[in-house]
Amino acid sequence: EAGPGSLSRCLAYLTSFPSPSVWQDQAEQLFKSGHTNNWAVLVCTSRFWFNYRHVANTLSVYRSVKRLGIPDSHIVLMLADDMACNPRNPKPATVFSHKNMELNVYGDDVEVDYRSYEVTVENFLRVLTGRVPPSAPRSKRLLSDDRSNVLIYMTGHGGNGFLKFQDSEEITNVELADAFEQMWQKRRYHEMLFIIDTCQGASMYERFYSPNVMALASSQVGEDSLSHQPDLAIGVHLMDRYTFYVLEFLEEIHPASQANMNDLFQVCPKSLCVSTPGHRTDLFQRNPQNVLITDFFGSVRKVELTTETVSLKPDLSSMGYRYLYLTLFLNNWVASGE
Amino acid sequence: MAMAAPLVLHLLLALLLGLGGQSRAEPERDSLREELVLTPLPSGDVSATFQFRTRWDSELQREGVSHYRLFPKVLGQLISKYSVQELHLSLTQGFWRTRFWGQPFLQAPAGAELWVWFQNSVADVDKSWKELSNILSGIFCASLNFIDSTNTVTPTASFKPLGLANGTNHHFLRYAVLPREVVCTENLTPWKKLLPCSSKAGLSVLLKAERLFHTSYHSQAVHIRPVCRDAHCVSVSWELRQTLTVVFDAYTTGQGKKDWSLFRMFSRTITEACPLASQSYVYVDISRNGQENESLEVSPPPTSTYQAVILGDRKTYAVYDLLNLATFSGSRSLNLQLKWRQLQDIGSQLVPFLHAQRYVSGYGLQKGELSTVLHNTHPYRAFPVLLLETVPWYLRLYVHTLAITTKGKENKPSYIHYQPAQDRLRPHLLEMLIQLPANSVTKVSIQFERALLKWTEYTPDPNHGFYVSPSVLSALVPNLVGAKPANWEESPLFSTMFPTSDSSSYFVRLYTEPLLVNLPTPDFSMPYNVICLTCTVVAVCYGSFYNLLTRTFHLEEPKRSRLVRWLANIIRRIRGVPPV
Repeated sequence: EAGPGSLSRCLAYLTSFPSPSVWQDQAEQLFKSGHTNNWAVLVCTSRFWFNYRHVANTLSVYRSVKRLGIPDSHIVLMLADDMACNPRNPKPATVFSHKNMELNVYGDDVEVDYRSYEVTVENFLRVLTGRVPPSAPRSKRLLSDDRSNVLIYMTGHGGNGFLKFQDSEEITNVELADAFEQMWQKRRYHEMLFIIDTCQGASMYERFYSPNVMALASSQVGEDSLSHQPDLAIGVHLMDRYTFYVLEFLEEIHPASQANMNDLFQVCPKSLCVSTPGHRTDLFQRNPQNVLITDFFGSVRKVELTTETVSLKPDLSSMGYRYLYLTLFLNNWVASGE
Repeated sequence: MAMAAPLVLHLLLALLLGLGGQSRAEPERDSLREELVLTPLPSGDVSATFQFRTRWDSELQREGVSHYRLFPKVLGQLISKYSVQELHLSLTQGFWRTRFWGQPFLQAPAGAELWVWFQNSVADVDKSWKELSNILSGIFCASLNFIDSTNTVTPTASFKPLGLANGTNHHFLRYAVLPREVVCTENLTPWKKLLPCSSKAGLSVLLKAERLFHTSYHSQAVHIRPVCRDAHCVSVSWELRQTLTVVFDAYTTGQGKKDWSLFRMFSRTITEACPLASQSYVYVDISRNGQENESLEVSPPPTSTYQAVILGDRKTYAVYDLLNLATFSGSRSLNLQLKWRQLQDIGSQLVPFLHAQRYVSGYGLQKGELSTVLHNTHPYRAFPVLLLETVPWYLRLYVHTLAITTKGKENKPSYIHYQPAQDRLRPHLLEMLIQLPANSVTKVSIQFERALLKWTEYTPDPNHGFYVSPSVLSALVPNLVGAKPANWEESPLFSTMFPTSDSSSYFVRLYTEPLLVNLPTPDFSMPYNVICLTCTVVAVCYGSFYNLLTRTFHLEEPKRSRLVRWLANIIRRIRGVPPV
């Protein structure tokens, strides 16, 4: 697929020609320093109308992530039940996050990749590890590579060491840690941010052992994550506290923001959240102070402008090479215009 | 912007590479027609049917086609890759109440329905069907990947091709319904993205999800079929029709009033026609003007009217041509308003000639009976109806109990095709051609027994019940008024959905309600209960027995320190008890 990958290929071709070494150094530096694309896997694991808040949690993260630049083709959204068009919803095709119906996080442009009965532990692990059946369409695959920053957000009902899927099966923290290790071995991520908003969420990241994984949870072992406000017209709780304050924090972020992970760790103190949010950074190589929020929540393309001209090598068949160069360049231009 | 970029890309490439060595094919012509039909229904509701039709004069069988303009590339590639002859996919929420609303232009069953005719060149139809449903599930964000052999059937007589066809060997047809499928904005979003004008211009600006799903009936569909390019039918074009039908309820959306306007229904008005469309019309059904007690006033006044025999009855439509600037009359936006000048008399509605119901009867969780009731309300004409029933394998039908009765007497169908189910492999298929006498009620009933599923086969919410897909009725219903066959290109789109060969009857396909059946559901907490109970019983029994066998009692002097004994003595002296 065209994208930053082809830009890197394009620049790689250019850097292999006799060009000013300063420019070449800059180009090499650009692609040594970090990630080139962003992916997000957002999972809501709860079924039934009274778990409306879990769907609202996931959709609010989806909304922020889309707003900050990650396109639908790079988001795998899994919602275990349909709240927006549920017969019990007094306002169809809407999912609200604030009471008095202030913010509709469902919106008019949403693409859910795994819905209803498709959200199972098996499908989730298949998405993470890439072992999907050959007939799975592109929108249901996580096509990340070793230069991708992956954001994984999970919400639902959980306990000490497990997360419940649709009230019929569970995923344990050991399985999750092993799935992440498989992803590391297959070079399916460059850095990963794992956020979980369930009761006793910190137990889910206790067992991680793969490098470059940072984890946040809404509550410690032995604590419950609480919900935020009910809306009397809709009749259910609309959001969980931790994700509500994370959403408020993310609404302030724009693509050029320089806010870092330490701000995200501070998001919900005990006075607001009642539970104690936790985080784990020992597996992560960079200092969280230097990690931008948009490294995971946004899709910021690194573009370097240069006024240097590069002369192309004349000994390749000129017609074929020019076509290849132009196609790569124009493919990238078209993809960035989407 | 996204539309212009590939065009510019290809133009640039063509220029750079020069003319030599690259065959530049004449870009095939494609055209877009869009229309909206507003029909006030007898019950005070209003139904709006959008149709967007893209006709592409091209041979899609060749794999080398790469230039797509109005025809969406994703569907064009599907057709050429899987050798599709016809494709019909619909996603519906709600049920069309034929008895109260009249015959629909095009009805769809609740949930998702997919039926596909493959071309004769396909070797493995089942494999292509499976892959096609998976790809469509990704395109439309629907769980069509649940379509497999347990819910797919091959009808022999219903679902004949609606476009051009070279012979109809029914082995190339596959039909599946997923009644449990939910339709919401995530299905509307990719559907809108397939439209040439997306949701930015023309009639598609009215398609806002918040209004479209606050309705009694919402059905969106994609129909692809080959059609004749012209009257001589020498070459073939591909036609893509995207239809969307919604019924706005007088009481929930209309707040009890029966006056409608575009703004009331869609919270938007039309500002322009789609610039890519060659025709763009809005039709309003004003057939009931002129009858006593009913008068519908449409404002702004229409530029012209259109009269035709639609669905067997003579109808009059007010026509608004959006490509004609006079329609907007200087205000730059068109907000059609429908007002009733006098109160309607609900009792005088015309009951449609054919309508049906279906229900499950019986009690308990072992047996039951499926009944389909067909009504023919025509006073003197009898006509045959082709009934297709698909029942999942876990409801075991007893075919010897099949009974078709009309007015108390047995009615023998002239054609029966029955394919029994195989557990976990395929569903029951029952197709019958039943003659409905004039002014009669026919009841088709069959008894069934409920099967017990394996505990992993239950859905996460098994107490909701299991759905049985709706029955399909296909019939040629007699016209009230004689009709001329319609010219494909000149008639409005809503009159050319089904090909008509006969001036005395029109084709209609009706669906009944889906059914919800409870299966005997186990208690899923039983494994946990059994483990707890067994472990407790074993612990208590074994523990007691072990204690009885191995526990002995010895007398022992308590050894206490001097300080403790002195303190205890003081307390005892205070209490008046002899010391330790």
